[in-house]
Amino acid sequence: MPASDGIEPLRGSGLDGTDAQRIYRYMLLARAISEKSWLLTRQGRVLFTMPCDGQEAADVASAYALDRGNDFIVPYARSLGAMLVKGMTTQEVMLNMFGKAADPNSGGRQMPMHWGYKKLGIISMGSSVATTIPRAAGVALASKLRKQNAVTMVYFGEGSASEGDFHEGLAFAGVHRLPVVFFCNNNGWATSVPVNLQSAEPQVAKRAQGYGFPGVTIDGLDPLTVYQAVKAAVDLARSGEGPTLVEAMTIRMMPHSSSDDHLRYRTQEELDAERKLDPLPRFRDFLISANLLNEESDQTMSDSVDQEVEDAIELADAAPSPDPDSAMDRVYAP
Amino acid sequence: MRLIEAVREGLREEMAADPGVFLIGQDIGINGGVFRVTDGLLEEFGPGRVIDSPLAESGMVGVAIGAALNGMRPVVEIQFADFIFPAFNQLVSEAARMHYRTNGEFPVPMVIRAPYGGGVRGGLYHSQSVEAYFAHVPGLKVVVPSSPYDAKGLLKAAIRDDNPVLFFEHKLAYNTVRGEVPDGDYTVPIGEAVVRREGRNLTLISYGLSVHHCLEAAETLAAEGISCEVVDLRTVSPLDTRAFLESVRKTGRACIVHEDNLTGGVGAEVAAIIAKDAFEYLDAPVQRVAAPDVPSFPYSPTLEDALLPGPPDIVRVARELAAY
Repeated sequence: MPASDGIEPLRGSGLDGTDAQRIYRYMLLARAISEKSWLLTRQGRVLFTMPCDGQEAADVASAYALDRGNDFIVPYARSLGAMLVKGMTTQEVMLNMFGKAADPNSGGRQMPMHWGYKKLGIISMGSSVATTIPRAAGVALASKLRKQNAVTMVYFGEGSASEGDFHEGLAFAGVHRLPVVFFCNNNGWATSVPVNLQSAEPQVAKRAQGYGFPGVTIDGLDPLTVYQAVKAAVDLARSGEGPTLVEAMTIRMMPHSSSDDHLRYRTQEELDAERKLDPLPRFRDFLISANLLNEESDQTMSDSVDQEVEDAIELADAAPSPDPDSAMDRVYAP
Repeated sequence: MRLIEAVREGLREEMAADPGVFLIGQDIGINGGVFRVTDGLLEEFGPGRVIDSPLAESGMVGVAIGAALNGMRPVVEIQFADFIFPAFNQLVSEAARMHYRTNGEFPVPMVIRAPYGGGVRGGLYHSQSVEAYFAHVPGLKVVVPSSPYDAKGLLKAAIRDDNPVLFFEHKLAYNTVRGEVPDGDYTVPIGEAVVRREGRNLTLISYGLSVHHCLEAAETLAAEGISCEVVDLRTVSPLDTRAFLESVRKTGRACIVHEDNLTGGVGAEVAAIIAKDAFEYLDAPVQRVAAPDVPSFPYSPTLEDALLPGPPDIVRVARELAAY
């Protein structure tokens, strides 16, 4: 790997060294929040979480390919990295984790990691997976009708690709050549059900062919690869050429959620082997080899991320809970 | 004007007034909808605003929710109310909860129109009344107009409403119910009932096509000296409780009439409210006239006619009530 001065495009990805360093910091931050949230659930201070460990490269680098001030994200519960890139602060994430009144996602009405932030163009999600997929097509349809020049990216897992709404959303977006990117995080597991029990054809990207637009399967553990593929899909969408289904092959290093025990259906050996694929040390090694990071700057970055998370936890923990008298409010729009 | 024309006028005027209003549904484009409600709208507004959807109700409603969240006011046509169930999850889990779960950040201004009701030999899958499923769900509004005037005015109000509104049109009423509809813009507020006929002895409470059955029955009963007040709910969620309670407090007797089957229907809710808030005014038990609990109306005319509630059923129950 040739050394880089930090501004040359990296491996033809269209990203320069500064971008790569930013992506790395977002990945570190997502991991730190995910790990810390897990600990908080074990301590009983937070009631629920959905770890994203192993998916940071896919989430962060895909969102990095968007026009973040203009484009839309329709997230799913493991989209933490994308939320950070889209502009949600660590403190806002922690307000969400603690279910506090000032949580911009729902004011404490939804479980943690159920994102939605109008100001940032993050469309609200519930727990009913894949309902988001036609919704994303609808957001993109409105962009087309309103000539917004915006792209909508919807995130989901490979399990969601079994839902009818996946197929209905892709069909509609294909017919109308909508500016939408379908981003499938294929970590191989829908809670405890492996991908080979979802479909006899486990490669999700192939399904795009059935709806008349491209589908690509990529290494979701390498941020440069993810960025490159998603940027191409985003550019295609923005130019009016329609949707792309991007399937990022990732790993799920942690259980499905804080309520799940993955040792009921996976072996420790398998998990240990998968942990060797962790995208974080892999990208760190790359950055070091490209002279974009060294032991010292890595430590400094890591420390600042940890401090940011600690500060956010302290503030969120102390923030006021929602007023019980407000529990009946806003059932209907005025 | 026929009821079907009133719905079309409502759509046309709102589309002309607001570029954010668009239609999506099956066969609503060149075919003008299987009932022809949207006839001519494709030519007038173009394929960007009159969208023929793939045959996928859930996807269609999901798309509409997304468009509503990004500044549009979609109006979805479900071809028959019977086919709304694939979209149940989108409506109940998503549209209904969006505003609440985002603490007011994301309203869903969307209308779902669907023809409902029996009497057209449509069998089990082209005859259902589905309003009770949705009236149960907080966050949704459910409207069932009985007249052309209300159909247009309520539809315009529904399109302008920032909440998801289900709008059920009785398919038999499309071409059989006529009435005066003024030119130009007006709305009928959602959530307000109206007294269609004043009376002293008992109150018939209904909505949709059944209101006409009540009025017909009231005419028959009047000849027998039984004076019926007829309250048209117009909106079944949220209910205008004040309107029917006021009437029942006056007459002391109540019968709720709907074509939907009995158990868990809108009538049950109205009866419970009367039992709680007008108990001391009642001179007789609250009654209901509804379809019996069978899985929708069967196809054969002899079978369907045996089950469809109509004016004779209302007359029979009203006589019992009056004599109580």
